[in-house]
Amino acid sequence: MEIDVNKQVMHELSIAISIVDTVIKQAAMASAHRVSEVELEIGVFSGIEYKSLEFALGVASKDTLLEETLFRIKRVEAVAECPDCEHLYTPEGMYSYCPECNKQGIRLIRGTELQIKSLLVEQNE
Amino acid sequence: MCETCGCGTGNNPVKISRPGESEQEIHDDHDHSHDHDHPHDHDHPHDHDHPHDHDHDHPHSHGHHHDHDHPHSHGHHHEHEQESSTQRLIKVEEDILGKNNLMASRNRGYLEAKGVVALNLMSSPGSGKTMLLEKTILALEGLKAVAVIEGDQQTLNDAERIHKTGAPVIQINTGSGCHLDADMIRQALDHLQLKEESLLFIENVGNLVCPSLFELGEKNRIVIISVTEGEDKPLKYPTMFEHAHTCIINKTDLLPYVDFDTALLKKHALSVNPHLHIMELSAQTGEGMEQWIQWLMEL
Repeated sequence: MEIDVNKQVMHELSIAISIVDTVIKQAAMASAHRVSEVELEIGVFSGIEYKSLEFALGVASKDTLLEETLFRIKRVEAVAECPDCEHLYTPEGMYSYCPECNKQGIRLIRGTELQIKSLLVEQNE
Repeated sequence: MCETCGCGTGNNPVKISRPGESEQEIHDDHDHSHDHDHPHDHDHPHDHDHPHDHDHDHPHSHGHHHDHDHPHSHGHHHEHEQESSTQRLIKVEEDILGKNNLMASRNRGYLEAKGVVALNLMSSPGSGKTMLLEKTILALEGLKAVAVIEGDQQTLNDAERIHKTGAPVIQINTGSGCHLDADMIRQALDHLQLKEESLLFIENVGNLVCPSLFELGEKNRIVIISVTEGEDKPLKYPTMFEHAHTCIINKTDLLPYVDFDTALLKKHALSVNPHLHIMELSAQTGEGMEQWIQWLMEL
């Protein structure tokens, strides 16, 4: 048994397609005839390559309502909390030591965001 | 693009390359890429380009719609600031992976209702996932019913290997895609007659990056690394190791012939994810397979 999935997907592209679908739905609900801007929040530890996502959004929005839309990608820097002393710091990676107590292993507070924040639309009526 | 697995769309006329990663640069670049992508050949882009064309028609449009559509909308300020405009800001705050996660939850519910435990096997290509599955299916014969979903970009090769063991198997070919997602699994589940209380192995596309973001409905995420790879894989691909529950170090029979420091790999893996459960084995010789089978039986 074989299932062919006719989707050209690197993971940023599937994510871009998902963004475009969601935004088009939201725009329809608001009776918008144009979406000028979409604001996204993407954390540096979300597993997304910013450049790839930018490119993928261009591909995914082609021939849709969002063809001319400006996608504002807000990069969210990581904030970690030390599981031991609860000190807050900016981790260099998942592999980080707390600068206060030198304990290894981090709890991420911010940096994994992958969210559509808002749309700026123009309405028909 | 997805440089790690090389699955990008090859004929891309847009070259996105710029130093740094600042927000502003990203925007500029996006606009730029659009110019190349869509050279105004069709439609009527300019009609829509000037928001003020429509302003005079409906200066009264705040009240009704948006309050109903979006109970938590913060669109007000914006509209008041631009009284003569029909522009409106809609707050969405929706998780981009929400749709996949929702589908994964559906899969999880379906599997739980049947008492099926699903395992998502992820690794680089060539780590020995398929052989581990073949040997595992043989070892579980008579102990536990097993089914397999195979994910590859192309070919039925792996599914054919699994088919020879007698286990039910579905192949998902993702084309140029670099990972399985929950919807693909849902489609595959439609074609698998899963036995109650069985194990479902999902062999993901060989790739240490992309599959880590996509939940499928599995109970346990297993990353497999072979001793012919580098000990620093967990540091190079932290997302994968951070999201995994279990790590299998495969091909331990080759340890005498390769320069591989198992203790160092474990140290790196645990530094990324202190909760990772690590098992060492050789699917080829069977060394260490008992603890793996034992572990599977207890899931």
